[in-house]
Amino acid sequence: MTDGVVAAFLQASVRTATPLALAALGELVVERSGVINIGLEGVIIAGAFGALGFAGVGGVGAGFVGAAGAGIAIAVVFALFVVNLRSDQIIAGTAISMLGLGVTGTLYSMLYGSAGAALRSPMTAAWPVPVLSDIPLAGPALFNQPPVTYALYALVPLLARWLHRSGAGLALRAVGERPEAAEGAGISSDRVRWWAIVFGGAMGGLSGGTLVLAQVGTFAEGMSAGRGFIAIAIVVLGRWTPLGVASASLLFGAASALTHLSQARGWSLPYELALAFPYLLTLVALAGVRGRSVAPAALGQR
Amino acid sequence: MSFSAFLFATFVRATPLVLVGLAVALAFRAKVLNIGAEGQLLVGASAAVAVGLACAAWPAVFLVIAELAAGVLAGALWAGIAAMLRERFGVLEVISTLMLNFVAQYLVSYLVRGPLQEPSRVYPQSVSLAEAARLPALLPGRQVHVGLLLAIGLSLALAWGLRSTAVGFRVRAVGAGAAAAASAGRVRVGRVVFGVFLLSGALAGLGGAIEATGNTFALYEGISPGFGYTAIAVALLARLDPLAVIASSLFFGALEVGAAALKRDAGVPSELAGVIEALIVLGLLAAQRSREVALTRRVAVDANVVGTA
Repeated sequence: MTDGVVAAFLQASVRTATPLALAALGELVVERSGVINIGLEGVIIAGAFGALGFAGVGGVGAGFVGAAGAGIAIAVVFALFVVNLRSDQIIAGTAISMLGLGVTGTLYSMLYGSAGAALRSPMTAAWPVPVLSDIPLAGPALFNQPPVTYALYALVPLLARWLHRSGAGLALRAVGERPEAAEGAGISSDRVRWWAIVFGGAMGGLSGGTLVLAQVGTFAEGMSAGRGFIAIAIVVLGRWTPLGVASASLLFGAASALTHLSQARGWSLPYELALAFPYLLTLVALAGVRGRSVAPAALGQR
Repeated sequence: MSFSAFLFATFVRATPLVLVGLAVALAFRAKVLNIGAEGQLLVGASAAVAVGLACAAWPAVFLVIAELAAGVLAGALWAGIAAMLRERFGVLEVISTLMLNFVAQYLVSYLVRGPLQEPSRVYPQSVSLAEAARLPALLPGRQVHVGLLLAIGLSLALAWGLRSTAVGFRVRAVGAGAAAAASAGRVRVGRVVFGVFLLSGALAGLGGAIEATGNTFALYEGISPGFGYTAIAVALLARLDPLAVIASSLFFGALEVGAAALKRDAGVPSELAGVIEALIVLGLLAAQRSREVALTRRVAVDANVVGTA
């Protein structure tokens, strides 16, 4: 295999990992507060739709703002149900997924009609970092990416530090492990969960925004394509830590990139098997982590 | 669309919904969060079509039974993967069943472009099942097929089984509280959960087999318009009661048929049906909360009365 092929494979891995990592880091914070948001799929597609709408008016920057805003908007509905109404998180989350996919699909066909397929959104180009992007193999993979990927490089250590070294991070973890104890210490678990879900909504929205603004350049119904569910698996795989989640996202990025690689190289395995590979990998990997022991103790409880 | 056409289309649409709705209702009764009915339905449909094409020479009765049995087995096996992952490795079934939905979708894509593709190799679909391999119609000239009766019969059977048998009692006990069922009732929770998972998958697989042999007569990628996801709304609206699943399936069947007709006739986006389904689920959650609040308030009032007496 030539260096060119490997370099392209690595670059595609990081590229595919970016939206997954964004959504999964948001979900990590949500789950650390003891809430699992299965509706992440709906949040991502809402973000993608918001990105299309806002980028068409105000360019790429406005697109990312719109993406985060749309993600937050739908996450707020989820928060109302699971925090204020104490609804079952799985059922509420499933409804949020259906809502996000349904509302964006409906609005898209109403606003853009059948001509929608040709609709283009402005996009952000890759910003190669001088010097670093010239490193062989890893250089272009890590440092010839759109700015949103670089933002992730900063976010992962920041989030890790925030979780373990700040009062707010401690409050978040306390609510996720022992909400009663946190309440006893004067922390409002409802308020902590609200903010966690809003943060998760913004990140999920940005994930959808990245798809539209940095990768595809348009919106398609259901373009989130299960990324929300994969992101939830990534959180388990990354054992609820930012660095773990970032690594697991890269693993998934690589698995997806392998699909393209196998197609390009003409390896004789069915294309559909390659497409199913990330999902199969999730199953195998989850069986490997025996995840429940390290999960936040109050995860999923009303 | 005439009223009778609408009615019959609703029956056809509701038939698989009853079966996947039962699958979800049964699972949720035992607090098994099987949200993989979609995947189980897809493998059920695939297995039924595969058997229908491979054993085309068999007499009609045996062939149809073999097709449905293949669907049941495939669905149970598919759910069995998630059940095994939960039992052995503690993998949350919410995630595993969702992943398996995607794998099932790609499996169908592979089958209709590979082993089961029609001989001209142009279209991504199987050939149509022969007349003998199809479920008989209930009324001449109408699409409504005997699958509807089968679905209704299974609703009755499941309602009876849950209410009046020892196994049904154990399922309900596990759903009410696994720890209590294990300690007070000596229920082997793991076995009950495993069994519920398999039966749930079997019902969903049968739903797929019935849809393929009674309505579509072939396998193709879009064979399920999300039956397995609508099933969650169906089961919740029925408040997990197998008999009420029939009524709520008819309701959602009518909703989806109506949405498709509105799209054709008035250009209303058909995705609107999904929005309405989501809103119904959210509305049910809100209603459940207000019931719980009313209940705790009543208990509190009673406690006060006792306290002051």
